[in-house]
Amino acid sequence: EKTRTSFSSKINNLLARYRSVDEDFFEELEDILISADVGVTTVMDLIDELKMEVKRQNIKETDKMKEVISEKLVEIYYGEDSDQIESMNIQNDELTIILVVGVNGVGKTTSIGKMAYQFKQEGKRVVLAAGDTFRAGAIEQLEEWGKRAEVDVIKQSAGSDPAAVIFDGIKAAKSRKADVLICDTAGRLQNKVNLMNELSKVNRVIEREVPGAPHEVLLVLDATTGQNALSQAKTFSEATNVSGIVLTKLDGTAKGGIVLAIRHELNIPVKYVGLGEQVGDLQEFDAHAFVYGLFADMLQE
Amino acid sequence: MAFEGLADRLQSTIKKITGKGKVSEQDVKEMTREVRLALLEADVNFKVVKNLINRIKERAVGQEVMESLTPGQQVIKVVQDELTALMGGEQSKIAVADRPPTVIMMTGLQGAGKTTTTGKLANHLRKKHNRSPLLVACDVYRPAAVNQLETLGEQLNMPVFSMGTKANPVEIATKAIEQAKAEHNDYVIIDTAGRLHVDNELMEELEEIKSSVKPDEIFLVVDAMTGQDAVNVAESFNEQLDLSGVILTKLDGDTRGGAALSIKAVTDKPIKFAGMGEKLDQLEAFHPERMASRILGMGDVLTLIEKA
Ligand SMILES: Nc1nc2c(ncn2[C@@H]2O[C@H](COP(=O)(O)OP(=O)(O)OP(=O)(O)O)[C@@H](O)[C@H]2O)c(=O)[nH]1
Ligand SMILES: Nc1nc2c(ncn2[C@@H]2O[C@H](COP(=O)(O)OP(=O)(O)OP(=O)(O)O)[C@@H](O)[C@H]2O)c(=O)[nH]1
Ligand SMILES: [Mg+2]
Ligand SMILES: [Mg+2]
Repeated sequence: EKTRTSFSSKINNLLARYRSVDEDFFEELEDILISADVGVTTVMDLIDELKMEVKRQNIKETDKMKEVISEKLVEIYYGEDSDQIESMNIQNDELTIILVVGVNGVGKTTSIGKMAYQFKQEGKRVVLAAGDTFRAGAIEQLEEWGKRAEVDVIKQSAGSDPAAVIFDGIKAAKSRKADVLICDTAGRLQNKVNLMNELSKVNRVIEREVPGAPHEVLLVLDATTGQNALSQAKTFSEATNVSGIVLTKLDGTAKGGIVLAIRHELNIPVKYVGLGEQVGDLQEFDAHAFVYGLFADMLQE
Repeated sequence: MAFEGLADRLQSTIKKITGKGKVSEQDVKEMTREVRLALLEADVNFKVVKNLINRIKERAVGQEVMESLTPGQQVIKVVQDELTALMGGEQSKIAVADRPPTVIMMTGLQGAGKTTTTGKLANHLRKKHNRSPLLVACDVYRPAAVNQLETLGEQLNMPVFSMGTKANPVEIATKAIEQAKAEHNDYVIIDTAGRLHVDNELMEELEEIKSSVKPDEIFLVVDAMTGQDAVNVAESFNEQLDLSGVILTKLDGDTRGGAALSIKAVTDKPIKFAGMGEKLDQLEAFHPERMASRILGMGDVLTLIEKA
C-alpha cells in the first residue's frame, strides 16, 4: 500500500507542478517510472505512446493525463488478455503440483509457507516438499513453515538429490490424497548452467510422474530487484515453464515496476504479492488494482 | 543478453563523428543520451545518473580530439574516468580493535546475504589473518535462522553463540562479547535479522545493539541485483547506523550491478567485499575499477576502441 501511495503522490505532484503537457512534463514522468524500476525500454515505449495519444486527443492540460497514463499502463499489462491470467491453475479432485523457483533469497520458502497456509484455510490438504537440500538450514526453515501452516513436509537429509526429494513428495502427496503439493527448490542464479539443468531435471520428474503437472511454476521475484529480474524471468522460463510470478517484499519502498516489463516482453503474469514476513502476508495479485492503484489518488479526484 | 553494453549503444553515434576534429555539443548530447540509457539499464539510480551526465557533458564538450582517440572513444574515456572516480579506490581492510575482540555487525534487507556473508567473513579472517572469530546468532525472527548460522559454524568448525529465539538480540550480542573475552576469540561477528529500512522498531533494535556493543565495523550487506531503491535503503541504514562499509553479494550473477554506484554516491562509504557464490570461500576484495567497467559493459567498449 505504501508503494502505491508514494507513487501516486509523485504523479500528483507532477501534475500539479506542470500546467501544460510539454517536454519537461514527459521527462519527469519518465523519471518517476524509471525510479519504480519499470525498465528503460518499457518506459520509452510508454512515453512514446503517450506522446502520440496526447497529439491524437489534442491534450494540453496535465489533469487530463491521469486517465491516459493509467489506461496505457493497464493496456501494457493486459494486452489482449483478460484478468483470468491472474488466477491459479488448481485442479478439482486431483493433485495440483506447484513448483517454486527463483534466485537466492527472494522469498521462495516464505511464500510457500504463506501459500500452504492459504490453501489449508480453504480446506485443502497440502504437502510441502523440501527440495532445497543445499542451503544451510533450508530444510529446517521449510519445516517451521510447515508447522505454522499445519501441513506435512516431506524431506530427505541435507545434500541429497533434489529430484529424489520431489519424487518422494509426489509419492507421499498421492498416498495421502493431498490436493496440493508445493515444491521448494534451492535459490540459484540464472547464469549457473549446472544449477539450471538440475532444475530442469526436477521439472521433468514432475512431468513424468503426473501428466499435466506441474500445474503452476511460480517464479519468485524480489520487488527490490532491478532490471536483472527480466533476465531471471527469461532464463527460468527456458529451464521450466514459468506460469506466474510471486512478487515479494512489496511492503518495502521498492515499487516492483519490473513486472510490467516482464509482462510486456515475456507475457508472464503476476499471481501473488508478498507484503511481509508473517503467514498471512500474501495476497492474490490483481493487476487492475495494482496499476490503477499506482494512480489511486489521481483517479479519485 | 538482456542488456546492451555501452559500446553497442554508441556504435552509430561514434561512426557519425569519426573524423571530426572537435567534439561538438550536439555530438556530446547524442552520446550522453546513450550513456544515460546504458547506466539506467544497469540499475544506477536515475538521480546519480543525472549528476554524472552533467559532469560528463561539462568535461566532454569542446575537447580537442586526441590524435590517438576518435571523438567517440574520447567520450567513453571521460565516462569511464568519471565512473571510476565515483567508485573510489580499493579498500578491503577490516578494522582491528585496540583491545580485542574486534566487533563486526552485519545489517541489511531480508535475503541480502547477511548470514552467508557472516560465515564467509569468519572464514576470511581465519584464513587470511589467522584470527579466531565467534559468530553470533542475533536473528531471532526468521524461521531456522539460528539453525542456519549454527550449520555454517559446523561447516567451518567455528563457535557460534546463540540463546535460541526467545532472548532479546541486544542481550544476545552483549553476552556474546563476554563469552568472546572469556574464550579469547579476537573477532565477534554479529548476524542480525533482515529488516526493511522503514521498519522503525527493528531499525531501533540495531541502534540498541550498536550502542551496547560498540562495533568496530558496521557492514551493510546489499544484493548486487538491487534496483532503483538501493539509494533509499543505503541512505536510511547509513543515517541510522553510520555504516563503516558495504558488502555487495551475488556478484557471481549476470547483473550489471549499478546499485554499487548508487550506494557509493549516496553514502560515500567504501564497498569492501564482494560475494561471488554461495560457498564459504567465495568472498573477494571489491575492485571498484572493475565494477565501473562491469556497469558499463566496458569489456565491449575496450574492444571497440581497439577496432576503431
Ligand atoms: N518484508 C518482507 N520480507 C519477506 C517477504 N517474503 C520473504 N521475506 C523475507 O526474505 C528473506 C528470504 O526469504 P526466503 O523465503 O528464505 O527466501 P528464499 O528464496 O527461499 O531463499 P533461498 O532459499 O536462500 O534462495 C527472509 O528473511 C524472509 O522473511 C515479504 O513479502 N516481505
Ligand atoms: N550466488 C550467490 N548466492 C549468495 C551469495 N551470498 C548469499 N547468497 C545466497 O543468498 C541467499 C540468502 O542468503 P542469506 O545469507 O540467508 O541472507 P540473509 O541476509 O541472512 O537473509 P535473512 O536473514 O532472511 O534476511 C542464500 O540462498 C545464500 O546462499 C553470493 O554471493 N552469491
Ligand atoms: Mg528457500
Ligand atoms: Mg540471515
